[in-house]
Amino acid sequence: MSLILKDVVKRVGAETHIHPVSLELVPEGFNILLGTTLSGKTTLMQLMAGLEHPTSGEVWFGGKNVTGVSVQKRNVSMVHQQFINYPNFSVYENIASPLRVTRMARGEVDDRVREIAGLLQLSPMLERRPNQLSGGQQQRTALARALVKDADLVLLDEPLANLDFKLREELRDELPKLFAGRNCTVVYATTEPSEALLLGGNTATLHEGRVTQFGATANLYRQPGDLLSAQVFSDPPINVATVRKRGARFQLSEHVSWPAPKQHKALSDGPYTIGMRPHLISPVRASKAAVEIEGDVLITELSGSESVIHFDLGQQTWISQSHGIHQYEVGERVAFYADLAQSMYFDREGKRL
Amino acid sequence: MANKTENQKAWLFVLPVVLLVAFNALIPLMTVVNYSVQETFGDNVFFWEGVKWFEQVLNSERFHAALLRQFAFTGTILAIEIPLGIAIALTMPRKGPWVPVCLVLMALPLLIPWNVVGAMWNIFALPETGLLGKVINGMGIDYNFTQQPVAAWLTTVLMDVWHWTSLVVLLAYAGLCAIPDAYYQAAKIDGAGGWAVFRYIQLPKLKRVLTIAVLLRFMDSFMIYTEPFVLTGGGPGNTTTFLSIDLVKVALGQFDLGPAAAMSLIYFLIVLLVCWVFYTLMMRNEEA
Repeated sequence: MSLILKDVVKRVGAETHIHPVSLELVPEGFNILLGTTLSGKTTLMQLMAGLEHPTSGEVWFGGKNVTGVSVQKRNVSMVHQQFINYPNFSVYENIASPLRVTRMARGEVDDRVREIAGLLQLSPMLERRPNQLSGGQQQRTALARALVKDADLVLLDEPLANLDFKLREELRDELPKLFAGRNCTVVYATTEPSEALLLGGNTATLHEGRVTQFGATANLYRQPGDLLSAQVFSDPPINVATVRKRGARFQLSEHVSWPAPKQHKALSDGPYTIGMRPHLISPVRASKAAVEIEGDVLITELSGSESVIHFDLGQQTWISQSHGIHQYEVGERVAFYADLAQSMYFDREGKRL
Repeated sequence: MANKTENQKAWLFVLPVVLLVAFNALIPLMTVVNYSVQETFGDNVFFWEGVKWFEQVLNSERFHAALLRQFAFTGTILAIEIPLGIAIALTMPRKGPWVPVCLVLMALPLLIPWNVVGAMWNIFALPETGLLGKVINGMGIDYNFTQQPVAAWLTTVLMDVWHWTSLVVLLAYAGLCAIPDAYYQAAKIDGAGGWAVFRYIQLPKLKRVLTIAVLLRFMDSFMIYTEPFVLTGGGPGNTTTFLSIDLVKVALGQFDLGPAAAMSLIYFLIVLLVCWVFYTLMMRNEEA
């Protein structure tokens, strides 16, 4: 069953938390809400769940208007960033809790709880209490509670954010398998672009209570419709600069210019904005088409096999993300290479050209 | 393996704490222990008596009566203040302009000195002139806390509830504010009702603060002295003579320092034992 939001708005007092949002979320794959903290992901999820009701607009689910229907009547389940379980229930009772209110037969409850617990590798700890579990196991318990009742809509609100690195990867790999074959619509909120890319499905980018774009995750990453979506969906942040078109060339500064690519030749002269992902900029010249840009190094972050270099380009800071170890002193003047012709071009309103 | 070097200077760093604890706990306690095993007639002349005073106190009916009264009082006020405190905390707003108002109103009784509370309630409850006394008598109920044991008890309990429920309210309120909204949302999604939310989310989450609240109220009420002393003076008869009041009567009224010291120690051990048992029971399942 798909979930459809039609011009949903949420206002609290004088503040608008959600500007008109229209989305159609489908039961295949993950529907990802990607945005920074306070971009409205959680509010949007609460509106989807029925925990909050929209100020205006409609929520449709499975062909029915459920705008005013309370959460209890919607067959929804939710996993939060914090590990939310009943503190004095055992893992078993926690997983069974959503079924208890449905007055399901004892034997069936038992079968279901044991099946889900097996799926989430919780079988050996069914008798323990949440405070005797690791963070990963607590979140697995919360996930089991969300899965056990065969909800039509499952909302995962940054479920991996409080887990440490290893557990996060492990659980992230399992998530798509857990939901495969279940006929439910899954919504997954995250702040991390890489998580969205790994989970695939569809992504909606959120910025200050607005959905800036919605579409297949990989497409959205490669072809953002506007500057905001590109910025939300880039980590490290996408490099942005104002450039000028003069005749057949784009100009970044007096010394840096490049021929306009075919599809943009017809644009009128004037200022434009370009966006360039950091991994396309390197201190090593990779192709003949690359343009040389000089900058003063601000920070060099070295990971095992990769260098992230922040450098000052005069009016703004740019970031280069490249393979290999490139170490520079702070303040050192370094030449970077980027095929600027391949960057994304935006008009002055931020629309992708 | 690292070689440990002996460095006696380390003692210097512990010294301040040792001195502090000595002056503030050990020396006074040992003085009491000293009195409890000896007989003195003044002039710093002491005779060894062993456990005679302890036997005397433990066998005295007067002590038994005071102890029973004490447990009855403490049990009564705990049974009222803890549920009442939780109930008030549950009704207090979590956000908005009324929060500071409620908090200040709640904190007010806690700011009033004990003897003033006693005096206030004495004046308030006097049958002839006090507002409370006059109103109750005006309703046709015969009420005189200076003469009727039941009235004296009720007034003392009421005074303590008025004075100390706020402490429970503030602790429970702080505990409630610490519960993330996500718990309530999860309960809502599960279809849990108000009682279930209280029983399975709020109460377990409040366990730690409530343990502290019960311990504080137990210790304070078990050692209560000033308020009933000012209100009733332990009367009528001995009906509101709690342990502390009895202890002061023995120590300063009759100047029986030996029995008074033995009584203090027994009293102290009871408080310690009850607190330990209670705390251990509450924290049984808490190790994470």
